[in-house]
Amino acid sequence: MSVTYLDAIRSAQEKALASDPTVFIYGQDVGRFGGAFKATKNLAERFPGRVIDSPISEDAMVGMAVGAAMEGMRPIVEMQFADFSTVGLNQMLNHAATTYWRTGRTCPMVLRLPSGGTPGSGPFHSQSMEAIYSHYPGIVVMTPATVEDAYTMLLEAVEMPDPVVFCEHKLLYYHLKSDHLPESAVPALRAQVVRAGRDVTCVTYSAMVHEAVAAAKELVEEGYEVEVVDLRTVKPLDTDTILASVARTGRLLAVGESWPWGGASAEVVARVAAEGFELLDAPPKRLNAKDTPIPYHPNLWAAHRPTAVRIAAALREVLRY
Amino acid sequence: MAIRAAAAAVRSIQEGTDARMERLGRAMLRARLLEEKLGSLYRAGRIVGGVYLGRGQEALSGAGGVALRKGDIFAPLIRDMAGRLAFGEPMEDALRAYLGSRLGPMKGRDGNIHRGDLSRGILPMISHLGAMVSTLAGVLMAKRMKGEKRKVGLTCAGDGATSTGSFHEGLNLAAVERLPLVVVVADNGYAYSTPNERQFACADLVDRARGYGVQGHSVDGTDPWVCAEVLQGAVDRARGGEGPQLVVGKLLRLCGHGEHDDGLYVDSKIQRSERGRDCVQVMESEMKKRGSGKEWQSWRAEAQAEVEAAVIKVSAEPVPDPFEEDWSATKSGSEAEESGSS
Repeated sequence: MSVTYLDAIRSAQEKALASDPTVFIYGQDVGRFGGAFKATKNLAERFPGRVIDSPISEDAMVGMAVGAAMEGMRPIVEMQFADFSTVGLNQMLNHAATTYWRTGRTCPMVLRLPSGGTPGSGPFHSQSMEAIYSHYPGIVVMTPATVEDAYTMLLEAVEMPDPVVFCEHKLLYYHLKSDHLPESAVPALRAQVVRAGRDVTCVTYSAMVHEAVAAAKELVEEGYEVEVVDLRTVKPLDTDTILASVARTGRLLAVGESWPWGGASAEVVARVAAEGFELLDAPPKRLNAKDTPIPYHPNLWAAHRPTAVRIAAALREVLRY
Repeated sequence: MAIRAAAAAVRSIQEGTDARMERLGRAMLRARLLEEKLGSLYRAGRIVGGVYLGRGQEALSGAGGVALRKGDIFAPLIRDMAGRLAFGEPMEDALRAYLGSRLGPMKGRDGNIHRGDLSRGILPMISHLGAMVSTLAGVLMAKRMKGEKRKVGLTCAGDGATSTGSFHEGLNLAAVERLPLVVVVADNGYAYSTPNERQFACADLVDRARGYGVQGHSVDGTDPWVCAEVLQGAVDRARGGEGPQLVVGKLLRLCGHGEHDDGLYVDSKIQRSERGRDCVQVMESEMKKRGSGKEWQSWRAEAQAEVEAAVIKVSAEPVPDPFEEDWSATKSGSEAEESGSS
């Protein structure tokens, strides 16, 4: 039996609903329909009154979750697409994120964002929002790359006392498979070396982890050993794991699927430059999507985002400096 | 026998009304006198940041606070000192927010009207107008899921807030869920300096109730008796399962948007109209007319003494210390973050 990344998200929610009576799910079409991507399939039937269809009101959906969390519940809000969460940004950034600091009371809620590009999705169904949410204090931002992490990190997110933005990658939903759901897990706030190497560190997260691993395999033939670090959670950033890897390799490439201005990859480079300058044998490098809206046509989309080929090319530049 | 029972019932209603009006009258006076003191403290330079007063809105705001019970939830906006005090916020907490006392519920991390105390059922507002409608709806949905029955939520907005998407989304969501929510709109004619005709094009904001599928109530916000009756009715209906209630009170803000604003843009014709009446004066003269002038004076004296005592007490309280402050914005992530931030 195989489990997809999407199955893992569904199963994690099922387990959270079963084990904690304060958990409930709120989102557009999540009820009997089971969600646009079927991440809540059959959950409304199994947990009556706890998997609730919302109006198309992203601002009010998040605002509702803030209130429910203040009242002791643990809401999971599903955005139909990460892109639409811009409409609910105010409630997330100014309300959920400020509650603990302002009042000393926690606001435990999870905002699930079906994120990232897929062929043909275009400018408004492809976005990666982690940079925006990470910029604001008071939010944990998770970006799982594997079936195992999708499951265990979502469960951990639901149990956390803070608001969590859970960026799940749509490209991984159906294609990424594992044999079974994990029984144990690496803590969600820790980065992980997913491929050991000695020549260069490639720090990335979410779907780009798989592109980076593919690039690393390509470079083996050229005699290079690339270490791939999966951030798993981008806020808070596990700088220790990154610096430890750079200490081993002396070189850094930070890769993100999101846009180049600021963001997680910029933060990684900034921290390594500031705190690990003496560890570096070459200037640290970044690779991101192009600085345009995300294109519709697969030809354009494939050129817009980082891929294994482009990551391999960038790694060669860092290696040959 | 029947006549005697009826007479007793009338007397009991009258006594209930009197008790309610005493609570409202006292809240209005306490709010007015406390806010006059806040104005002085602001002009004396003792308050950092803005001061936003509810002068002229005490009857409508206070009536909401009086209509609620312990265990209900109140999400005030910026001109709701009277409602807060009526609902049970201590006067000291208002002063603690304005003076930045470390002992207040916001500990100097947030100030002025951005205060609340979840343990008392008062939600701390954020500045973004309309945001509290859906948040309060969430509190009420949580209460419903937990099986807590007959708890009402009341939130306040101004005419300007009704133009936000947040207000619309929140009220629509509450209507869909048929929540026991009361939304009180204080239509004071101006959103900061912008008059009603630049804010909305419908004849009356209460007309929108029908569009949302909720019950709407209009009220003269300058008449404390009418405010008390209409707000109590709306809260009772919400508690009785009739779904959200939209109450629109017409009145005038008798001060600037904040104490930095002289409000000279307000049309003098409105100031001279019925809408421009001062609800506190309305109550005072009506009380005198009913032979209760002395009672009013004693309420005023008690309120004044309470304000003086609270100012003395809070002025002596410690302010926040940046070196002792816990600078963690999350409960879970701070340690991991700390190791990486320089």
